[in-house]
Formats: sequence, structure tokens, C-alpha cells
Amino acid sequence: MTRSLRLPSGLKLMNLLLGSWTGVVFAFLYIPILLLIVFSFNDSQLNLRWEGFTLDWYRALAEDTVLIDALKNTLIIAAITTAISVVIGTVGAWLLYRYTYPWRKLVNTLIFIPMAIPEIIMGISLLILFSMTMSLLESWQALEWMPQWYQELTIQRGFTTVIIAHVTFCFPFVLVAVQARLVGADASLEEAAMDLGATPLKAFWFVMVPYMLPAIISGALMAFTLSMDEIIISWFTAGPDSQTLPLKIFARVKKGLDPSLNAISTVFILATAGLVVLSEWIKRSSREVSKR
Amino acid sequence: MQAAISTAAQVKGPQRRPGWTGWLLMAPMLLWLLAFVVVPTAILFVYSFCERGTPVEWKFTWENYARVFGGTELWPLLKCVLEAAGVTAVAVLVDWFRSPSRMREERAESAKRVGTAIFVTVLLWIVWTDLSNVFTGTYVRIFVRSLYYAGFTTLACAAVGYPVAYCIGKASDRWRNLLLMLVMIPFWTSFLIRTYAWITILNENGLMNAFLQSARITQEPISMLYTPGAVVLGLVYSYLPFMILPIYGSVEKLDNSLVEAAFDLGASPVRAWQTVILPLTQPGIIAGVLLVFIPAIGMFAITDLMGGKTVPMIGNVIQNQISGQARDWPFGAALGMTLLAMFAAAFWFTTRKQGDDAVMG
Repeated sequence: MTRSLRLPSGLKLMNLLLGSWTGVVFAFLYIPILLLIVFSFNDSQLNLRWEGFTLDWYRALAEDTVLIDALKNTLIIAAITTAISVVIGTVGAWLLYRYTYPWRKLVNTLIFIPMAIPEIIMGISLLILFSMTMSLLESWQALEWMPQWYQELTIQRGFTTVIIAHVTFCFPFVLVAVQARLVGADASLEEAAMDLGATPLKAFWFVMVPYMLPAIISGALMAFTLSMDEIIISWFTAGPDSQTLPLKIFARVKKGLDPSLNAISTVFILATAGLVVLSEWIKRSSREVSKR
Repeated sequence: MQAAISTAAQVKGPQRRPGWTGWLLMAPMLLWLLAFVVVPTAILFVYSFCERGTPVEWKFTWENYARVFGGTELWPLLKCVLEAAGVTAVAVLVDWFRSPSRMREERAESAKRVGTAIFVTVLLWIVWTDLSNVFTGTYVRIFVRSLYYAGFTTLACAAVGYPVAYCIGKASDRWRNLLLMLVMIPFWTSFLIRTYAWITILNENGLMNAFLQSARITQEPISMLYTPGAVVLGLVYSYLPFMILPIYGSVEKLDNSLVEAAFDLGASPVRAWQTVILPLTQPGIIAGVLLVFIPAIGMFAITDLMGGKTVPMIGNVIQNQISGQARDWPFGAALGMTLLAMFAAAFWFTTRKQGDDAVMG
């Protein structure tokens, strides 16, 4: 399969065409992004023509507390989402590998749904669920025997609701990544550990987790990126104090263009690119290790 | 990622029945799925049959669905079907008498293939050119229009992305890793930011207008944003990597010796592609179509930013009913359930021949 394709001579032209088309498409993918990055250093209010290099927009960004807060929210939400998703996804993949559950197909479908369903459906159905739960919780505040702190609680959408929503569509990605790693796993590894006297917990922690680790890490990076970039589900589930950066950018773009948006976008693009390169590197080095 | 999804059903571990610890450890995940996937969808379903209140009155009504499908007339659609059938009949007749030397079975098969292709294409074309007359109901029209936009996007992504995926799959190891990385970066970058990049280009004070004017192609700035073309451009730009990656996955698995055999037996490149490469990369195409079509139907952020109010899509309408000015949650729920039903139908239709293991290729 790695052997390269032997082609009749007439196909050289065909390959040349394919290659140049690929070049054109990559230009189409990257020119807008590169222009965005270049113009974040442009000394002009408008994205119109180049007027000289400046870091003013990055300086403006550093003082823009609204965007900085949104960035903080985004990172906090992504970090907590990733932590919960990794636990649920890893344990889930391991259990589905270890045992045959009745209705296994149903469980697999249920895991598949959050990855495939249109995001807007998940957004509105979670919004309705949250608002019903919140009005129930609010009605309990009127009860006299409830503790003081509970009665004074303001119940509204916030970090909890966004994180619940994000975990719901992120953990399946971790789960399938770990599951893919477990396909090649030797079933006797864990059993050997237990035969040698390890408790099931020890066997899981010292044998299975190290084996799954590359997949866990790349799944975690995937979950982090997904959560960081998500907008539609966040739109419906975020409260006023938990606005994420994509939501803020969306609101700003609707108001009008502004070069500090170029600056924050550049920061975001570079962060995403860094995470992608890191996750690919981990995947590749783990593949090389397992080949040995 | 797609390869990972396909393995989900095939994972074979030690295969024991779970004891109580097995169930206990599994419980959090199952409860999570129940609480935040099954229950919300069920509530959405119930909501869609309730009356509007603040936000809801728990009284049964068909009213929301009547509004979704309201104003629909069958006759114009039937007329389109008849027209398409007429064109198809002529095409099939021409095909039947094209070369008399063929066997009867061969002819029948060819007629079936040509007939289906022409009927579907002509019907879709007639409906598209006369959309406002064929679908008189407001919401049905928006649904159909969203389907068309998502369809255009999917078609364009496949046409643009297939050669690229093929090229990456057949490149040398070093190039392949580099190119793959270059597809992954936009794949993971927020589509909002990538849409914003296009806005700075297409805007009236944007780069494209500056370029066109300095090249003296146009005198006045032309508004390229807020047009149907801009919407499709934004969607294609955002979803192209979602088409390239799964097709690449299939191309990589493609056995080169089969392609070589086709060439050795004298097949032209087009015929080799048609009879060998295309069928073998079909799972990747199906996965790509699902990954582009499904999110494209429900998208509201891109269409809002690139299309403004000129091209309302179903996502924008639902968003407006739920969190915008309209504020009619039960009606929004009914629109959402209709979208969900369409999603399920599209999903079933594209994967029906595959069996569930191949769902994501």
C-alpha cells in the first residue's frame, strides 16, 4: 500500500493538473486567514490597504477587558469540559471494551448522536431543559425550610450550563479516540496484571491508562479545541457571566469591523494551530512507539 | 476521527458480562446521556405539541405543526413532478434507441440509470428556479431553501475537495503529512473566525473592492456581502476540510494494484476513476456528505454574518423563535423537531446500504 502508483505516461499531465488544483484549493483555504493575520499588524482603521506595521491592535486588545474576560471564560470552560470529558470518555471506552453490555448497539447509537445531530437541535433542547430545571429550582426557593444560602441564590444560566452542554458533545470524541486505540489492545495485558496480584483498580491505572494515554491526550486536545471554538450550543446555554470568546466575536462582527478583532483572531488561530500540531505530533510519536 | 467512529462497533475486548461494578462505573455515562441527550429531545418533542405561553402552556395542540407546514399546496409540486417525468420519458426513449446492438437487459439497466439521474436533476432544477411558486408556505419554503443551500454547499465541497483528497492520499509520505496538517488547521479553527476573514475581504470597504477598483475593473464599490453567493461561499469555505478529511481516509486505504490493473487492462483515466476509484472511495464520500450536509442545514452564524437578513435559513428562523424577537418556544420546538426528522431521514437515506459499521467510513 505504501508502494507508489505506477502510471502510464499519459497520466503525467493528469497528475500535474491534480497537483495544481490542490495548490489552488490550499491558496483558497489559507489566503483569507493569512490576510487576516497580516492586517492585524496594519496601521489603519480599515482592512483596506497596508499603511505600515503596528502592534497597536494587540495593545488595544490587552486593554479590552470585555474580550479578555471572554477569553478567560472560554479557557475555563474548555479546561473543565476537557477534564470531565476525559474521565467519562476514557472510562466509557474502557468499559465498553471490557464488557459486553446488553443493548450495546443502543448505547453506541446514543454516544454517536451528540456528535452527529445538528448543533442547533442540541442547543435548543438543552436550553429548554435548563430553563425548566431552573424554574423548578426557583420555585423551591420560596419554601420556608430551605437554608438561607439557597434562598439567596440567583439561579440563571452560567458556567454550569455551558459546561454540561459542552461535555455532552465533547466526551463522545474522547471516547471514540480511546476506543480506536483499544482495538489493537492485547486483552491479556490487564488479566496478566491481575493474575500477578494487582487489584482491578491498579491494573487499570498502571496497565490500561498508560496504554491508552496517547489516545487520551489527543482526545483531550480534540475536546479542548471543540469546546473553545463552539458557538451555536454556547449561544443557547451561556448566561450573561459566561459569554465565550466566539460569542463576543460574533456580537462584535455584527456591529462592524474592527482591527482588534483581527488581533484576537490571530491569537486564536495560532493557538488552534499549535494544538493541532501538538496533537498530531503526539499521535505520530505514539504510532512510532507501537510499531517498534 | 471518522476512522475512529467506524471502529466503535467493532471493538472486541475480553467480552465479559458486567458485574455490579461494571454497571456502577458505566452509570455516570449512561445517566449523562439519558439526562442531556434523551430527556431534552423528549421534552422538545412534547413542547412542540404545546400552546404558546410564558414560555409554554401545557395544553395539547397541532397548531405549531400546522404553522410549519401551513400554506402548502400540492398541485404546483405535482406539476413539477409531471414536467420532470415528461423530460425523463424523452431522455429514456432516446437512450433506448441509441445503439440497437445492445442486449435487452443492458438497455433496461441503462434506461433505469439514465432515467433516475435525469428525473432527479430536472425535478430539482425546476423546483429551484420556481421555488416561491412551488412552495407557497413560508416555513416549508425556508426549509426547502436551506436544503438546497446545504446541497449546493455539499456538492461544491465534494467537487472541490475530492481531487485534493486524492492528491494528498497519493502523495509521498513527507508531503502527505504536511498537507494533512494544513487541512487539519482550518478543520479545527473556529469557523466564526474564518468567516470573519471573508467578511474583511468581501465587505464594501474590503480588500476585494479595493483590489477591483485599483485594477480599474469597477468604479464603485460593489456589495458582495449579503448575497446568496456569499452565503454559499462562506459555507463551502467553512466545511471544505470536513469533506477532504474523510475522503482522504478512503483514498489512503485504496489498493494501488487495483488502479494499476485497470490501467493495464486499457482503461482510460476517466473510466478507471468511474469503475474502480469512485466505488472504492464511496464510504469516504458518504461520510464527507454527512459531515457537511448536516451541520450546513442548521447553521445560523455563518448565514447570519454572510447573508444578513436577505437569505433567512432554517437555523436563523429557529434561533429567532427561541432566543430572538419572535420568542415562540413551542413553535421553535416544532421547527426543530421537523429539522430533526429531516436529519434522521437524510441520515437513513445516505447510509441505508452501508450497514451501521460503515456509517462513518
